[in-house]
Amino acid sequence: MALPAYAGWGERVWYYAFRFICFLIFVFLIAPILIVLPLSFNVEPYFSFTPGMLSFDPDAYSLRWYKDILTNGMANPEATTGWWADVWNNAQWVRSMRNSFFIGFFATLIATALGTMAAVGLSRAEMPFKKKIMAFLISPLIVPLVVTAAGSFRAFSELGLAYTHLGVILAHAVLGIPFVIITVTATLVGFDNSLVQASYSMGASPLRTFFRVQLPLILPGVISGALFAFVTSFDEVVVVIAMASVEQRTIPRQMFSGIREQISPTILAVATILVIISIALLTTLELIRRRGERLRGVTPA
Amino acid sequence: MTTTADVGIDDKLLQKRLDKAMFNRRLRAFMLVLPILLFLLVVFIIPIAYFLFQGIYDKTFSSIMPQTTEVLSEWDGASEPTEEMFAALVADMVVARENKTIGRVATRVNRDLPGSRSLFTSSARQAARLEPPFMESLPEVKDKWGEIEVWQAMKTASRKFTPGYYAAALDLKLQSDGSIVRQDEKRRIHLTLMVRTLQISFLVTVFCLLLGYPIAYLLATLPVKTSNLLLILVLLPFWTSILVRTTAWIAMLQSQGVVNDLLVFFGVTPDDARFSLIYNKIGTLIAMTHILLPFMILPLYSVMKGIPPSYVRAAKSLGATNWTAFWRVYAPQTVPGLGAGAILVFIVAIGYYITPALVGGQEGTMISNTIDGHMRQSLNWNLAAALAGVLMVVVLTLYWVYDKVVGIDNMKLG
Repeated sequence: MALPAYAGWGERVWYYAFRFICFLIFVFLIAPILIVLPLSFNVEPYFSFTPGMLSFDPDAYSLRWYKDILTNGMANPEATTGWWADVWNNAQWVRSMRNSFFIGFFATLIATALGTMAAVGLSRAEMPFKKKIMAFLISPLIVPLVVTAAGSFRAFSELGLAYTHLGVILAHAVLGIPFVIITVTATLVGFDNSLVQASYSMGASPLRTFFRVQLPLILPGVISGALFAFVTSFDEVVVVIAMASVEQRTIPRQMFSGIREQISPTILAVATILVIISIALLTTLELIRRRGERLRGVTPA
Repeated sequence: MTTTADVGIDDKLLQKRLDKAMFNRRLRAFMLVLPILLFLLVVFIIPIAYFLFQGIYDKTFSSIMPQTTEVLSEWDGASEPTEEMFAALVADMVVARENKTIGRVATRVNRDLPGSRSLFTSSARQAARLEPPFMESLPEVKDKWGEIEVWQAMKTASRKFTPGYYAAALDLKLQSDGSIVRQDEKRRIHLTLMVRTLQISFLVTVFCLLLGYPIAYLLATLPVKTSNLLLILVLLPFWTSILVRTTAWIAMLQSQGVVNDLLVFFGVTPDDARFSLIYNKIGTLIAMTHILLPFMILPLYSVMKGIPPSYVRAAKSLGATNWTAFWRVYAPQTVPGLGAGAILVFIVAIGYYITPALVGGQEGTMISNTIDGHMRQSLNWNLAAALAGVLMVVVLTLYWVYDKVVGIDNMKLG
C-alpha cells in the first residue's frame, strides 16, 4: 500500500503518522526482549543500566553472570580437575536445563505420536463426531493452567506420580496435544487422499502407506506441531510448581523462584540464552514452512 | 438370467454389506482417535473432575467424628444440645486426639466459625479425663460449648456433600439450617476478586485490540516480503519464554528501570518521584498485554490477508472518503478475526497465573493466584476447587461461544 502520487496533504500526514504508530507498537513488542541482552553483561548485581554501561566503559561489562550459571550450586568451583563433571552434576541451572530438555523431549514424543495419529483419523471424511472430538482435544489449551496443575497434582499423588519426572512428562504431554492437533490437521486439509488409495491399490499395508506416503508429505506440519509442543513444555511453569520437587526443577521453575527470592542478573543471562534458543526455533520453523510451500508448489493439485 | 425378485434380494444384501463396510471404515477412523481420547481421559479429565469434585464434597468432619455426625444429623439445629450429643462429641474427641486428627477437625469447623480452632484442640486434650454428665463437664473446660452456634457450625461441617464451598466462593454463607445468606461485609473478598479478574482480562483484551489492529493491518497491506520480515517481530516475542518476557518487564518497569530512567532523562518526572509501574495493576496490565498481543495479531492478520483490496478501491471509486471506505467496507470484513482474537485473548487472560504472581503485587493478583493461595497457603483445597469450578464455568462458556462464532477447526497458529 504505497502512498499514491495524488495523495492530499492530510493523507500524507496520516500515512506517516500511521507508520510511526506501528513503529512504536513494534518497539513495545521487541524492546523488552532486546533490553535483556546488554543488562545480562552488567558487572553490578542490578537489573538497571549503570552510568558506566551507558558510557560504554568496558569495565562496566562482564561475563560474571554467565559464569554464575555454570558455577551456582557446584561442589567445588575452584577445583582444577573434574570441573566440567562438577558443573554437569551439581550446578543448579545446568541441572534444570537437563530436566527441561528431558521432560520436554518425552512430553513432545507422546503428544506428537498421539496427536498425529488422531489428526490423521480426524481428517477422514467418515470420522464420526468430528467437531466434538476436535473441541475436546483442543480443550487443554483453554482450561486455566492452575486448574490443570491442581487436578494433576491431586490425582497423581494418589498414584505416586507427584514429584516424579513421569508425572510432569504426562501433564506436559497433555498441554502439547492441542498444538499438534491444530498444526497437523491444518496440513492435512490440503492432502490428496487419492495418494493413499493408490498406495492401497498397489498392495501396501495401512502402516506402510502411512509411513511411506502420508507421513513424508505431512512432515512439515508434524515437525512444527512437535516444536510447538516442545516449547509449551519448555516454557511451562505452573504445572511444574505444583508437581515437581527440587529434583524435577526446570529452567522456568528456577527462574520463577529466582525472580521471587533472590533477584540477580543471572536470570537475565539465562533469559538471553533462552531468547537465542527461541530465535533458533523460529528460524527452524520458518525454514520448514518454506520447504513445505516449495513441496506443495511441485505437488500437482 | 436374473428375475426381479433376485435383484431385490441382491439389493438388500448389497445395502447390508455397504452399511457394514461403512461402519468398519468409521470404526477404523475412530480407532485412530481412541488412544488420545483415553489418554486425555485418564491424565486430564479424570484428574480435573476429581479435583473439582472436592468443591462439593468434604468428608473431613464426618470421617473423623462419626458418632457426632450421626447424632447431629438427627438434631434440628435450633433446640438445646442434648447429653447424647455431648457424649458423642467427647467420645469422638478422645479418638481424634489419639489419632492426631483433631487438628483437621478444628481447621474444618474454623472455616465456618472463625476463632473456634483452639476450642477443639484444647478441649480434646482434656476430653479423656472428663466425667459424665458431659453436658456440664465440657462447658467447664470451655464455656463456648454451651453456645448453640458451635453446634450449628459442626452440623454444617458434618455434611459430606455441601454447597458451602461454592457459597463461600461467591461470598455467601451456608447456615446450619441449610439456608444461604450473604457473607459479612468485611469477609466478602471473592466477588471483588472475580470482578477484578474480569476487569483486567477485559482491559488486556481492549489493549491487545488497540495495539494489534494497526499491526495486523500494516502486515496485511505491505508487500509479502516486507510483511514476512516484520512478522518475525511479532513471532519472536510469541516464541520467547513467558518467564523471560516477565523478567524483561521487571527490568523495564521497576523504579530504577529503563522506562523510569528515560522519563527522568526527558524531565517528565523528577528523580525522586519515579512512577511505580510494577508490582501493581499497571504492571500486570502492561506485561499481560505484551504476552497476549500475538494471540490477537495472528488471527487478525490471517483474516485481513484474505480481504481483496479491490473492495476498498471500489468503494473509493464510488465516491467514499478514506474514512467511510475503511469503516463501512474494510472494518466489517475483519470482524471474524477480531472476534477470534478477542475471545482467545480473553480466555487465556482470565486464567492467567505467572505474570500476575510475579509483577502483580497485591492489587494486581487474579483468581488463579487466589486458587493457588488456597491450595498452597491456607491448604483449603475445597474452597480452591469451588473457585476453580466458578472459573471453569466462565472459561467453558467462552470456549463454547468461540466454537459458535469462530469454529474450533479454524484455530490457527503462526
